[in-house]
Amino acid sequence: MISIKNVTKSFGTVKVLHDINLEIPQSQVFALIGPSGAGKSTLIRTINALEDIQAGEILVDGTSVHEKKTDINKLRADIGFVFQSFNLYPHLTALENVTVAPINVKGIGKKEAEEKGKELLASLGLGEKFASYPGQLSGGQQQRVAIARALAMDPKVMLFDEPTSALDPEMVKEVLDAIRKLAGTGMTMAVVTHEMGFAKEICNQIVFMAEGRIVEVAPPAEFFSNPKTDRAQDFLGKVLNH
Amino acid sequence: MGYQMEWGVIADNLPLFWEGLLITLKISAMALIFSLPIGIVAGLCRISRNRILSFIATAYVELIRGIPLLVLLLWIFFVLGRFLRIDSFWAAVLGLAIFSGAFVAEIIRAGIQSVPRGQMEAARSSGMSYVQAMRLVILPQAFRKVLPPLASQFIILIKDSSLASVISVVDLSLVGNNLVATTFRVLEIWTFIAAVYFCITFSLSQIVRYLERKYRVHE
Repeated sequence: MISIKNVTKSFGTVKVLHDINLEIPQSQVFALIGPSGAGKSTLIRTINALEDIQAGEILVDGTSVHEKKTDINKLRADIGFVFQSFNLYPHLTALENVTVAPINVKGIGKKEAEEKGKELLASLGLGEKFASYPGQLSGGQQQRVAIARALAMDPKVMLFDEPTSALDPEMVKEVLDAIRKLAGTGMTMAVVTHEMGFAKEICNQIVFMAEGRIVEVAPPAEFFSNPKTDRAQDFLGKVLNH
Repeated sequence: MGYQMEWGVIADNLPLFWEGLLITLKISAMALIFSLPIGIVAGLCRISRNRILSFIATAYVELIRGIPLLVLLLWIFFVLGRFLRIDSFWAAVLGLAIFSGAFVAEIIRAGIQSVPRGQMEAARSSGMSYVQAMRLVILPQAFRKVLPPLASQFIILIKDSSLASVISVVDLSLVGNNLVATTFRVLEIWTFIAAVYFCITFSLSQIVRYLERKYRVHE
């Protein structure tokens, strides 16, 4: 579903992604983990062209993301993206946040979009919050609205860029539960995360990155019990034993 | 020797003041209506990635900000006015709109740039085009943020419209000037006119305050 081939990316003269290769099959959930500065967020942002790349190719459902001829708006409509800092539209209500893109990008009727938006928000435990503005919601509620906003476009894949890192600890669970539920529906997902327990439990593969490279890709059971590389052992030693 | 106030001069000439006031309001309103689209377009061009557009917009802003309004009005009236055959009223509207537009452009630019980058990223991520993202997400937020500085700019515009009198537009201040020349009631007339200008601008700031409350982003 997502194939990343020989991708290289630099910010100016600093190379942040070195020859990345990764294949995420349909209905699989991949966790991207690693120390900060490893390039996890940059990599996930290249998948919907929030970041450009200098070499290589990324295909989403067969469409080349960085090809000039690609209609990037059409492609992005199929890729749900959830940000660390939610990025909800503060001037719109929760429901309007969820319906603005379906109505304006997909041309869905307002009534239909609102029905679907309400359904989505309700399924994420936000049935009472349709008319609330983002500023009136907690961080966990905001992030769930952001997930509903992404799902409202009926995406083929979902990308999460550290979805719980900006949350107070007691709100992490409600957001992880929402993502867990989504994984159960067979959605193809890539999740940049620091929640090791969560990665272990719901992900099919763990992608361990460091210094702009993919160091190790393995199923969670294998990765967490028996990491092959020194770099991964060192990392796990630091994040698990405290 | 004391100065005896004679407010009768105001009451006697109310119809004249009224006509002047209407002209002032007309010029200000027209210039305001034109300067807003000029400013929005120029502001958007300034932050455009298209170098030519941003150069033209920057040149416009810098050039106009660097010329005194008085000089601009005289130049438009005597040079452009002769070419385009526009009368002093329209020369004043044009001059004020172009002048104010340059300041509006900077206000709009600052407003757009004050919207966090993540907003544009979120909008584009959902498949919106740049134009859709601007229209649906960025500009509505920028507009709320720039209401106070925009109000100040429009208050300045109303007061600046008094300079139209130098190209013989018979606005409130030229009516005052003419009456002073014939009646010598300097204090009464200019005090009265100052009060009228204050009433106009104060009403405007009340309207803007109402809009601010109405469109407040719920924090």
